[in-house]
Amino acid sequence: MTPNMIEIEKLNLTFGHGPQANHVLRDVSFAVKDGESFGLVGESGSGKTTVLRCLAGQYTHWSGEMRIDGKALEHKLDRARCRHVQMVFQDPYGSLHPRHTVETALTEPMAIHGIGERQERIGSILAKVGLNDSYRFRYPHQLSGGQRQRVAIARALILEPRILLLDEPTSALDVSVQAEILNLLADLRQRDGLTYLLVTHDLGVVAHLCDRVAVMQQGEILETLATSDLAGSSPKNAYTRMLVDASREYSRKQEIPETVLLA
Amino acid sequence: MSEIKLQVEDLRVQFLNDGRITDAVRNVSFNLGQEKLAIVGESGSGKSTVGRSLLRLHPASAKVTAKQMRFGEIDLLGIPEKAMQQIRGQRISMIMQDPKYSLNPVMRVGEQIAEAYLAHHKASKAEAAERVLDMLEKVRIRDPQRVYQLYPHEVSGGMGQRIMIAMMMIPEPEIIIADEPTSALDVSVRQQVLSVLDDLVGQRNLGLIFISHDLNLVRTFCDRVLVMYAGRVVESIAAADLDHAQHPYTRGLLAALPSIDHRRDRLPVLQRDPAWLTA
Repeated sequence: MTPNMIEIEKLNLTFGHGPQANHVLRDVSFAVKDGESFGLVGESGSGKTTVLRCLAGQYTHWSGEMRIDGKALEHKLDRARCRHVQMVFQDPYGSLHPRHTVETALTEPMAIHGIGERQERIGSILAKVGLNDSYRFRYPHQLSGGQRQRVAIARALILEPRILLLDEPTSALDVSVQAEILNLLADLRQRDGLTYLLVTHDLGVVAHLCDRVAVMQQGEILETLATSDLAGSSPKNAYTRMLVDASREYSRKQEIPETVLLA
Repeated sequence: MSEIKLQVEDLRVQFLNDGRITDAVRNVSFNLGQEKLAIVGESGSGKSTVGRSLLRLHPASAKVTAKQMRFGEIDLLGIPEKAMQQIRGQRISMIMQDPKYSLNPVMRVGEQIAEAYLAHHKASKAEAAERVLDMLEKVRIRDPQRVYQLYPHEVSGGMGQRIMIAMMMIPEPEIIIADEPTSALDVSVRQQVLSVLDDLVGQRNLGLIFISHDLNLVRTFCDRVLVMYAGRVVESIAAADLDHAQHPYTRGLLAALPSIDHRRDRLPVLQRDPAWLTA
């Protein structure tokens, strides 16, 4: 049996104190196997991105237990974790420095981690994400949205991580470009044996890219199921079924009961 | 089809930048009756520009020409700005994508809606407030009295969008242009907003132009679809027939959508044909 790459147990996170405390994650637990692609879906505010941010070390005051490759995570972010876990953000327009060329953006992580052979690495990583060498000295404004997202993926991959955290990687892109990026992500995972944790609100994307999916609502995981079961009648939870129906089409009859929304 | 509300023939929009001319919209023609007409396409295809040019909301650097652009008996291209103000908002109104940026952040939502009403109708403030409460109820806001007093940052995205719809509906327009009205919303809220829009369009015999990039949504929500590519309408098709689309661009877009029901190892990537720019 494949070992677990990511294990999260009873993860809790609260913002604020006393009566104003906002409990944003409530006992979130799941495990992702090595080489697996796992999806987190839910509405805005359901806490799905927050889980990623805890894993990436952007929030440090969580409680509970998180293990990567069997090793428990400290609250403080260390260098080793950065090399293991990298993140790709939603908005390729906002996540690249506007005044850094592609080369500068890709060199920086290597400079921080003291990695040599930088030129060769940049060349090969660009080829991997489907850009040629002529893109090396371009600025973000000289790239299209899809090309920027490729650069963002290259930047995440240049430290050769084993886990990619993907935060809505295609929701800012047109469907035609989205298809290219999704194909690229699928290829990269197969070639390098990466583990993906994907956050999205688009069930189509989850079904395409992931093996299993957890449905979140108000900081809790409602159910975890194989993405192949999404289409059938197996989603037990009413909220999951609503998400599936709503992603298919607009339908007049489909009034969403308040109990489902506010469960 | 019922009476034609809007007739557009050979609409062309050009932008002038540093002496360079960019053709944003080319030879777009369509009629709008009492129906839900979708305009779909990728970003940059000119779909929003079409919507804006109908209401003369384009920037000064744009040059709009058309053989014909008629709203009932009125020639939308020829009328002076003063007359346009009588139409804009009152007879044709527009719903924007994101309520966060489109509502005035320092004004109570009820007062904003009342302002829209008073701009086009002679009425007392009390009368306007009554109309607003009535309208808020129509867009299915449960506690209109309370919501009237809220500021935009105090309402959720879905409620904000329903407030926008209320604001656009209260002058009782004949045509509504909705520019990606639901793309900033979650799926569950999206259904609510759409059904509000759907009801109002049905009750008041409106014409709706629904600008979107979401083919799946348009397929079931609208009656007819115009597919735009690089400023041109490449295909006009009944929404129900979208599965039998003829144009390779439309088919490519549909095929590129990942789907829960129909899983594939690789998504077909759209191959763009230069001939689409001219054909």
